[in-house]
Amino acid sequence: MTASVLKAQGTTSGKRGLLRLRPTAAWALAPAAAMLFAFWLLPLAHLILLGGEDRDGSSGYWQVLSSGQYLNSLLQTCVLAIVVTLAALLVGGISGVFLARQRFFGRSALVALLTFPLAFPGVVVGFLVILLAGRQGLFAMLGMQLAGERWIFAYSLTGLFIGYLYFSIPRVILTVMAACESLDRSLEEAAHSLGAGHWRVVCDVIVPGLAPALVSCGAICFATSMGAFGTAFTLGTRLNVTPVAIYNVFTNYANFAVAAALSVVLGALTWAVLLLARRLVKNSGTVL
Amino acid sequence: MKRSSLFVMQLLFTLLVCAFMLVPVLLSLMAGLTRNYFQGVSSGLTFDWLIQVWQAYSPTVWLSIQLAVACAVCVCVIGVPAAYALVRMNNRFSRAFEELMVLPVAMPGLASALALLLTYGQFGGFRSSWLFILVGHVLFTLPFLVRPVMAVMQRQHLPTLEEAAASLGAGPIKRFFSVVVPNCRAGILAGVLMVVTLSLGEFNLTWMLHTPMTKTLPVGLADSYASARLEVASAYTLIFLLMIVPLLIALQAISARLSRGESR
Amino acid sequence: MTGTTIRLQGCRKAFADGTVAVHDLNLTIEPGETLAILGPSGCGKTTTLRLIAGLESPNAGQIFFDDHDVTRLPIEKRDVGMVFQNYALFPNLDVAGNIVYGLKIRGLSPAERNKRCAELLELVGLQEHGKRSIHELSGGQRQRVALARALAPRPRVLLLDEPLAALDAQLRERLRSELDELLRGLGITSVFVTHDQGEAMALGDRILVMEKGRVAQLATPREIYQQPANAFVASFVGNLNAFPVVERTAQGLRVSGGELPWTGSNLPSTVYCRPEHLRVMAGESHLRGRLVGQFFQGAQSRLLVDVGGAQPLLVDSADNVIHTPGALIGLAVAPQVLFTLNS
Repeated sequence: MTASVLKAQGTTSGKRGLLRLRPTAAWALAPAAAMLFAFWLLPLAHLILLGGEDRDGSSGYWQVLSSGQYLNSLLQTCVLAIVVTLAALLVGGISGVFLARQRFFGRSALVALLTFPLAFPGVVVGFLVILLAGRQGLFAMLGMQLAGERWIFAYSLTGLFIGYLYFSIPRVILTVMAACESLDRSLEEAAHSLGAGHWRVVCDVIVPGLAPALVSCGAICFATSMGAFGTAFTLGTRLNVTPVAIYNVFTNYANFAVAAALSVVLGALTWAVLLLARRLVKNSGTVL
Repeated sequence: MKRSSLFVMQLLFTLLVCAFMLVPVLLSLMAGLTRNYFQGVSSGLTFDWLIQVWQAYSPTVWLSIQLAVACAVCVCVIGVPAAYALVRMNNRFSRAFEELMVLPVAMPGLASALALLLTYGQFGGFRSSWLFILVGHVLFTLPFLVRPVMAVMQRQHLPTLEEAAASLGAGPIKRFFSVVVPNCRAGILAGVLMVVTLSLGEFNLTWMLHTPMTKTLPVGLADSYASARLEVASAYTLIFLLMIVPLLIALQAISARLSRGESR
Repeated sequence: MTGTTIRLQGCRKAFADGTVAVHDLNLTIEPGETLAILGPSGCGKTTTLRLIAGLESPNAGQIFFDDHDVTRLPIEKRDVGMVFQNYALFPNLDVAGNIVYGLKIRGLSPAERNKRCAELLELVGLQEHGKRSIHELSGGQRQRVALARALAPRPRVLLLDEPLAALDAQLRERLRSELDELLRGLGITSVFVTHDQGEAMALGDRILVMEKGRVAQLATPREIYQQPANAFVASFVGNLNAFPVVERTAQGLRVSGGELPWTGSNLPSTVYCRPEHLRVMAGESHLRGRLVGQFFQGAQSRLLVDVGGAQPLLVDSADNVIHTPGALIGLAVAPQVLFTLNS
């Protein structure tokens, strides 16, 4: 009798133990939740509200959305981000597929060299662009030798473009290489068996197969380029991209409302694109 | 054969891209280590620039290291339990939380920094201490630890292991430290390396949050690019690269080992 | 479609790590014939199919379609139709899009493509499914789309890589007979790879049994089953009972458990017979042993009878009597079903 009583007790406390696993798990989330709430959600709400504050007669949002200069910078930032994303996808796509499929001597060294720049901060990339195309850069000296005038393009949007490309290409290469691993080779063989040549197979099978990875990677490249500050800062604060505009407005004019509004608009735009990309990938139905 | 000419073209293209990546770095190395940048290596190698940089900017290096280590510790303490919770819960709420956690990374760093400044900037003591920057770093790097750790936990079928431990009498805290954490060591290590690398290089948030007393290495770099000589800036960049590259190598090695482990 | 003759001459294929998948293969496949390539994994059957397809190039030897040397031609130039093991349907195209893909490449007009597509949908019994996405299809339907896609451009040769492997047992039976009807109706030369001997015997006009990259036997299903060339083929296709011979007697051969009737003049070292040829007999019998296992399999029962040999004998009995475990069982066998092998 004692044995069966003990057994019954054991079972119930065991069951309670297993059930208790759920609520305990949620408690483990508390520190992270507290951190995010206190230091991100709350300040973000504050920021959003601040953008609507009246200063100089109109709210920050109104000032941003009605000013040609700010809208221009937003447009320019967007266009730059889109162009960089497309260029990175093209260049990184070609290299990525090549590196994923071919095996040759020095391949892993090449992959490592191509992907290290991923960890470089924007400022360093800006400096590297200056070394390449600045006043005393490689192209300036090259231009002196070949054409008698220095080829300087670091301090313009071209320089920014090169800088953004510099840290976007490695990201695309890494993503494409990973996605290539999970491509179904038998689809390519099937297309070949039906008569398709190499380029046909690339267009009809490989690109659609990589599409989800390319879209989500492209969205991340876009988001990074939209919010990038360090590179533009190093190349000169005259460049009219929104992060620089935010910095200028905040530091030089102390116009918190406009700075807040600009940040919120920039953030909302970025987030919308990320959401759109996620929606596209889900709907495509293709599973990697 | 047509196939091999395609191979050569693609190889050349990839090498070109590699050159694009590598040449500026080599230029920087050269500038930081040679006496005269314009004469190149023929002017002789020197450590003078490095010494100059160290004398002027060494506090930034120490602060960055301090921040990176503190960030790694904080992110572990906050992130590993969070990963555990998210894997166990596995419902709509946890997925929403994951989205929330990623937002500080997806959104422009400048916006997050601005928000922090405007909300907590008035607390003078907090504002001017390095802890303010630490907060920004933790927010930014948290997902980079939580995600890999979650992935490892799911691969190890952690809930099943835990139920086995519970059936043998282990309570929740004991289970966490004796079963959960030891089995995610590889994921935690990969995540920590990533966090340290990101923290060392973080600029967007840090620039807004720093004060002249709390300058990190990237902030110092930005200063030197604006005001110092090319050679000094290059030497400073070299120091940064020397810190980052070993970390990146370690990271790649660990990720390779992790992915090989799961294919077994 | 008049059939194409496929001829492999001295083909050899080795892989980069040194393993030789196919040694010196010589094979002629007759026009309109369906050849089944059968063997255990690693025997080289899939490699042989891929050599014929053009997905792999042989290190030595040649491949001919009729009189054309196609050895150097890649698959896209060989005009073959191929059905892959997991079907390899293009997820970004619907059913019709998949079927007409090969026609698009050959430059047929939209009207011609649609007409051909309709023909094929009818052939495989998927008339209303043209516009559907391939994700909505069941396994059997996907297999049919894969078949339709391969047949649309009227290829010279049809190649199938384990076509029914991915389906469950019931479906496999049904599709097996549909496939058989289809192949017979088309009269196209086809080659398929399988590890399922039942499938090979049902669908193949001839079977090529391969072992470790070499031909073990190439013959009709009946010949392979009744006159296996060696011990490997005999044990791979169907089950086998082996009787090591002790000595010759007046009536036949003495073996462990009794005496077998033998009409031949020679004295073999081992004789073999199939499980279905051993009959359970009460009273007079050739062999006697103890029942050590019985398995009810629906249409028949499989008995394991220990006659003192190395392995218990396998007996397939259709009379479905339930025997007591350990009971004495008597077995009889007709002399003409016994056979010998060269290993």
